[in-house]
Amino acid sequence: MKPAITINNIVKFYGAKSNKTEALSGISFNVNEGELFGIIGPDGAGKTSLFRILTTLLLADEGEATVDGYDVVKYYKEIRKRAGYMPGRFSLYQDLTVEENLEFFATIFNTTIEKNYHLIKDIYIQIEPFKKRKAGKLSGGMKQKLALCCALIHKPSVLFLDEPTTGVDAVSRKEFWEMLKKLKQQNITILVSTPYMDEAGMCDRVALLQSGKILSIDTPDGIIEQFQKDLFAVRSSKMLPLLNDLKICSEVEDAYFFGAYHHVVMKHKNEEQQLKNYLSKYAGDGLEINAIRPNIEDCFMALMKNTE
Amino acid sequence: MNDVKAITVDHLTKKFGNFTAVDNISFEVKKGEIFGFLGANGAGKTTAMRMLCGLSIPSSGNATVAGFDVYHQTEKIKKNIGYMSQKFSLYEDLTVKENIRFYAGIYGKSNEFIKNKTGVVIKDLHLEKEANKLVKSLPLGWKQKLAFSVAIFHEPEIVFLDEPTGGVDPVTRREFWNLIYEAAATGITVFVTTHYMDEAEYCNRVCIMVDGRIDAMDTPQQLKKACDAASMDEVFLKLARKALRSDT
Amino acid sequence: MKQFFSFVKKEFHHILRDPRTMLILLGMPIAQIIIFGFALTNEVKNSKIAVLDNSKDVATTALIQQINSSRYFDIEKSLTDYKSIDAEFKTGKIKMVIVFPQGFNEDLQHFNKAQVQLIADASDPNVANTLANYATAIIMDYQNRITDDRKLPYTIHTEIQMLYNPQLMGAYSFVPGVMAMVLMLVCTMMTAITIVREKETGTMEVLLVSPVQPLKIVIAKAVPYLLLSMVNIMSILMLSVFVLGVPINGSLLLLIAVSILFTLTSLALGLLISSVTASQQAAMFISLVGLFLPTVMLSGFMFPIENMPLPLRIISNVVPAKWFYTIVKSVMIKGVGFSLIWKEVLVLTGMMLFFLVLSIKKFKIRLA
Repeated sequence: MKPAITINNIVKFYGAKSNKTEALSGISFNVNEGELFGIIGPDGAGKTSLFRILTTLLLADEGEATVDGYDVVKYYKEIRKRAGYMPGRFSLYQDLTVEENLEFFATIFNTTIEKNYHLIKDIYIQIEPFKKRKAGKLSGGMKQKLALCCALIHKPSVLFLDEPTTGVDAVSRKEFWEMLKKLKQQNITILVSTPYMDEAGMCDRVALLQSGKILSIDTPDGIIEQFQKDLFAVRSSKMLPLLNDLKICSEVEDAYFFGAYHHVVMKHKNEEQQLKNYLSKYAGDGLEINAIRPNIEDCFMALMKNTE
Repeated sequence: MNDVKAITVDHLTKKFGNFTAVDNISFEVKKGEIFGFLGANGAGKTTAMRMLCGLSIPSSGNATVAGFDVYHQTEKIKKNIGYMSQKFSLYEDLTVKENIRFYAGIYGKSNEFIKNKTGVVIKDLHLEKEANKLVKSLPLGWKQKLAFSVAIFHEPEIVFLDEPTGGVDPVTRREFWNLIYEAAATGITVFVTTHYMDEAEYCNRVCIMVDGRIDAMDTPQQLKKACDAASMDEVFLKLARKALRSDT
Repeated sequence: MKQFFSFVKKEFHHILRDPRTMLILLGMPIAQIIIFGFALTNEVKNSKIAVLDNSKDVATTALIQQINSSRYFDIEKSLTDYKSIDAEFKTGKIKMVIVFPQGFNEDLQHFNKAQVQLIADASDPNVANTLANYATAIIMDYQNRITDDRKLPYTIHTEIQMLYNPQLMGAYSFVPGVMAMVLMLVCTMMTAITIVREKETGTMEVLLVSPVQPLKIVIAKAVPYLLLSMVNIMSILMLSVFVLGVPINGSLLLLIAVSILFTLTSLALGLLISSVTASQQAAMFISLVGLFLPTVMLSGFMFPIENMPLPLRIISNVVPAKWFYTIVKSVMIKGVGFSLIWKEVLVLTGMMLFFLVLSIKKFKIRLA
């Protein structure tokens, strides 16, 4: 399979020379054709910088990158014909209607809505009843759908979606990922970034990004398999004292809230019994201890702590 | 937990023209409770929160916040609450100390109080080295933690948090929730909205708004049981998918 | 080309859907012309004047009485010789002196012709002009009345002399001045703001990541404002001619051509501002402080450049509006042709090309 995106040792600095901060410190990875690739990381990890470099909007300070085989610096014009881009901030004209926005973006990419309607059909029919409405009057979820239509209308070979689900509620997020899954079947390479760890599972492969560095790149399952330690979900009716006790336990490497449970990372393998003994005083408070498979968030936290 | 009510809401409604943003909602929040306020975009969360903060007058119904009426005593409400949102938090071009001083000053705290408590807050947040640095030089997670500390600096009865952890890394997010627990332990009532469903589990009680109405309100455990769901995420999806309107 | 038109269409949508923009674009020029026009041509009542009557005969006495009885004039003083006129004006109390030569009535009776001189203090050019017009009207009225019962008409020739400001700067000058101001505001500020707005909302990111050449984006942004400026020029000229009675003495075509030249200069400046600023506020601030104020202060429209200290006179040369103002005044008021203004046109063309090349060079094809 030939790579749709190659990124080789990209470095990007910000700020004045005396007070430089590294937004990206030597990032390298490839994205294969037709892949749904996720970049997972909190705000300030460098996601947007990376997207802007790949979409030819920013110049990297070091390193090279190609998109669809073209160098992002030398052949930026070629990339601008082939890439679809949905920036983090909403990039639609609020005072134009849904239809006018779509038509405008179709025209500037030298195409028409009719020509590529099949690509956006599934998404567009959901907002078509409001096509005479101004984009500024749409809800967050609908704006997001319209923005995706606008980014897709010229049949891009690579689609860049920078935090498309930020600030969008859980329902719209789920719907959005379902749309991306469908798009993948059209053989469009999709690079998507998100701060929500739970969205990693929807991607073919993910890169975990933190402070400009890649913590790990793999399939979601692969990343989870890299988590070598034993992990337990623990709960009782007295959650706060339980957590404090876990944090000072000598067998426990890390313990933190996780939804209704505390997640407990053990220092050594096969020490469930020791944990049970340690927590025996909570036996009367509905103590539950279950060995669990880690999720991406557990992995992210473990990797974050390792690099610190 | 005692039975003093921090917030009482009784048949509260807010209409904008023909549109009923908040439709006849009623609930109570106890003092020291961590109350999660969830809902899809446009479900009416923000409108409800604005009314409780004294920023918007309801169309009908009653509500009291910290014992004050939302129609006539909005100035008193504002004195007794803290507010923090993801968007508006701190002045980037002021230092950590200057930000604390400024906000504490707004609430009319004495110089001595400000001086003593500033030291405590900075120590608790481990910001000793950064105390005189500009806020913009801090990482996002630290800013959010500082913003929270500033929001409860004047020791309000209730603090309203509007998506306080958006975009924050998972480790800092948990540190943030630790701060919330600590605040709640001192008796501050916490009213919080979030898009992270795991955070809904950290609340004592959760209320889910759909189409301007309260669709469910209970402890996370009870909600999961009632919906036959394994997580709050599932509960939320089951309830919010029924929404008819998705518009703000 | 289709891309380009679609851009222009979008730009018109932005303008037409925002009532505030529309008001600024089309309402402001009209408001300014009317405010300036009527504020400056206010009626003048009971102005204090002096008379130097070297004749002291029946005709002059009758005329002086008639002038004094009109509601416009109060004769404050009778002067006895020419030398005292200047001193009287310097006290600032009188606005005009009416001078009758020796043997006024005799000239009128024997030759059917006589002369009156009106000397006005033109440091306030509008008042001076108005007073001279009123006085002339009264004299004409008198002339017509005494002609009635005679076969051969009497003619009283009124010679008007404007002191201190012989060209009556300011009287008609606000029309060219307002044109410069409006074009500067519409083209420079509005173009700068609309481009920067796209940077702020993030739409510029998407446009840049499209196959449209950046230059096309920019030109498409400028076209609607160019067209609107044409509308403004026309409405200003029509208002001047039909409402305020300011004539267009020169060639209308030449006037429009130089206006387009100045519009292009302003557009280029707007583009330049937009490429060096990142927020609408900054763009507005630079446009107002950096361009609008110099246009008002240093173009010669409010304050005569000849009276300024040398450094300001030098600085005024880099203000495009100064050149435009000079050209319009020459063409519109003095009625001169291209042969007399080609130097100014050349300077303005040079400026236009300079700003245009600079703004194209500065235009960023990337974000940073």
